[in-house]
Amino acid sequence: MTTRPPKETRDPVARKKARHLSPGKRSRAMHAMSARAAQGRFVLQVCEDCGEATYPPRDACPVCWGELDWEDQPNGATVLCETSVRVSTNLYFRDHLPWRMGKVALDAGPVALVHLHRSLGPDDRAVVRAMLDRGGNAALFALPSPGDIDMTDPQLREFVVPITGKTVLVSDARSAIGLEVVKAMHAAGAALVVAGMAPPDRRLGAGEEVLSLEGVQQMPLDITDQTSLSEALSKVGGPLDIVINTARYVRAGGVSSGGNLVDQRHAFDVSAMGLSRLAQATGPMLAGRSHGAFVDLISSDALIGSANHAGFAAAEAARLALLQSFRHEMRGGGVRVMSVFTGPVDDEHHQKVPPPKVAPRRIASAIVDALTQGREQTCVGDVAQDAMARWLDDPALYAREKNL
Amino acid sequence: MTTTTQTPAATETALAGLVAQLTSGDIRVVDLTNILSSDFPVIVLPSEYGQCEPFRMETVSRYDGNGPAWYWNNISMNEHTGTHFDAPAHWVTGRDIANGTVDAIPPKDFIHPAVVIDISAEAEEDEDFVVTRKFLEDWEAQNGPIDPRHWIMLRSNWSKRVGTLSYLNLKDDGAHSPGPDADAMRFLVHERDCIGLGVETVGTDAGQASLFDEPLPAHSILHGNGRYGLQCLNNLDELPVRGSVIVASPLKIKGGSGSPLRVIAMVPATGA
Repeated sequence: MTTRPPKETRDPVARKKARHLSPGKRSRAMHAMSARAAQGRFVLQVCEDCGEATYPPRDACPVCWGELDWEDQPNGATVLCETSVRVSTNLYFRDHLPWRMGKVALDAGPVALVHLHRSLGPDDRAVVRAMLDRGGNAALFALPSPGDIDMTDPQLREFVVPITGKTVLVSDARSAIGLEVVKAMHAAGAALVVAGMAPPDRRLGAGEEVLSLEGVQQMPLDITDQTSLSEALSKVGGPLDIVINTARYVRAGGVSSGGNLVDQRHAFDVSAMGLSRLAQATGPMLAGRSHGAFVDLISSDALIGSANHAGFAAAEAARLALLQSFRHEMRGGGVRVMSVFTGPVDDEHHQKVPPPKVAPRRIASAIVDALTQGREQTCVGDVAQDAMARWLDDPALYAREKNL
Repeated sequence: MTTTTQTPAATETALAGLVAQLTSGDIRVVDLTNILSSDFPVIVLPSEYGQCEPFRMETVSRYDGNGPAWYWNNISMNEHTGTHFDAPAHWVTGRDIANGTVDAIPPKDFIHPAVVIDISAEAEEDEDFVVTRKFLEDWEAQNGPIDPRHWIMLRSNWSKRVGTLSYLNLKDDGAHSPGPDADAMRFLVHERDCIGLGVETVGTDAGQASLFDEPLPAHSILHGNGRYGLQCLNNLDELPVRGSVIVASPLKIKGGSGSPLRVIAMVPATGA
């Protein structure tokens, strides 16, 4: 008798429900807000002249016509009023009616029209998050204070990736990271975690316990091998909801000095070509699902390169470029493509790298968090966060500093 | 003069006889090759060394937009992937052997008779079974001497493990599979003048052979003396102890250390 949550089922004869996306057209200013919301930031435009914060995004200050700049803002708010939309001509919203909206007074200043969590009413204190909607654009969502959020709110579920009851594929489950991800997805309530087992075949050792859990299925899988990928996916029982690509090939070495071409080539085969193979094979499966998501674990070395791990960093940079294209392709199908950046990991491949290093378990919880918060881009650990901040601030300077 | 005109005639008769016997089935052709597929295991070295790349195949077209009437694939692999041939240059001991790379090996070396030594019972009993000189001498006492210029085929039944964990048989302390020790190799090479050693396992050496007093003796002694290796063979249990002829011609890779290949044996249909 299984104790795992059941998989979702449906009437096989009934026409499949067509899925729609929330409306996509946005101004350039709004895209700038979406790009920041994708990073989990709550930003508003602030006037460089009069200091007034403004929302929705504009091209000039509505008070003084001054220049606007994006700034992180406090995300507290008070709900002023609420209403429910009961009729809409938009295909997406027609599927989700009634839809609760509200007006909130942001602590940052402006009054904003927001999506409203079902537990909130007028005068309640709320936390407002800039979240990406099904079309990939930022929208403000007012939630109760963290800790007591009812995640079953159907509106909120449109903005996140639920794990409970879902089928999850972990591309490389043999590594320290992969094992922790399998464990975390299982604990988060996935109905089935398909654990990709890369060759060579050998005894499981420490992974035995996790990989033998009920609801975890070991599957021979090597993303450098098209045949292996096809065979593995043909054996995944039922629909596939979430793919987590943990595969990577970390080897130290430079370009002209200490560079091993066989290692570099293999790094590209895993990071870049592997991502393409996995994306091609699983993209169509994910696109058919209500909350399809593809999570890619990627090195922060992808941002600017690394003198010590030149081949690996280059392969990860190629992976990042492919991931951006894949994200664009999947947006039309409502599939979220998420990136989780990490610096050096506390595993067997980074023995010569001094701390700080990220524990594999922390990466696993960051992935669970990214899914449940619907966050497109996450940086886990000090190294990745610092790398991203410096890269966003001044890429040319960061390139020099990183490889001095 | 008479001899020079008769020699080609005699050869033609011999070849015609061979073809006739192949056609009639008096000579059977046994395929000693495993299927070259992406999931066929390759040898795993300690992680500080470079690794053997497995077989990979990607379709270029299959009667589709990329080639409407034709089907073909791009393939890649190591020279030592799947059923493969080891040339003398594969090993440091054989680096100065003349014609030691696959492109330079004289083609007449691709066809030689074989002696099949059955170690399947011993390997079943002990997965680290070591073939010693004494074992070979005892074998000769029972089966007669090993003739010169023969392939020595070690039938271990290891090919029956293909597709299971126990083929590579990797454990925490490395791989476990049978193979010869140095004295046995010297006996086969210097006293029996073998062409080479053919095995069903992933290497001519035993799984634990890097820990022997003389490490990796099969590779070291075979190739140091210009002999060859055949690995990942199949169907050795269909060969008679004597009387079969092995056809093993590696790809003509420029400067290559070995090559995947199709190995066949011609076997008399009777008396096998």
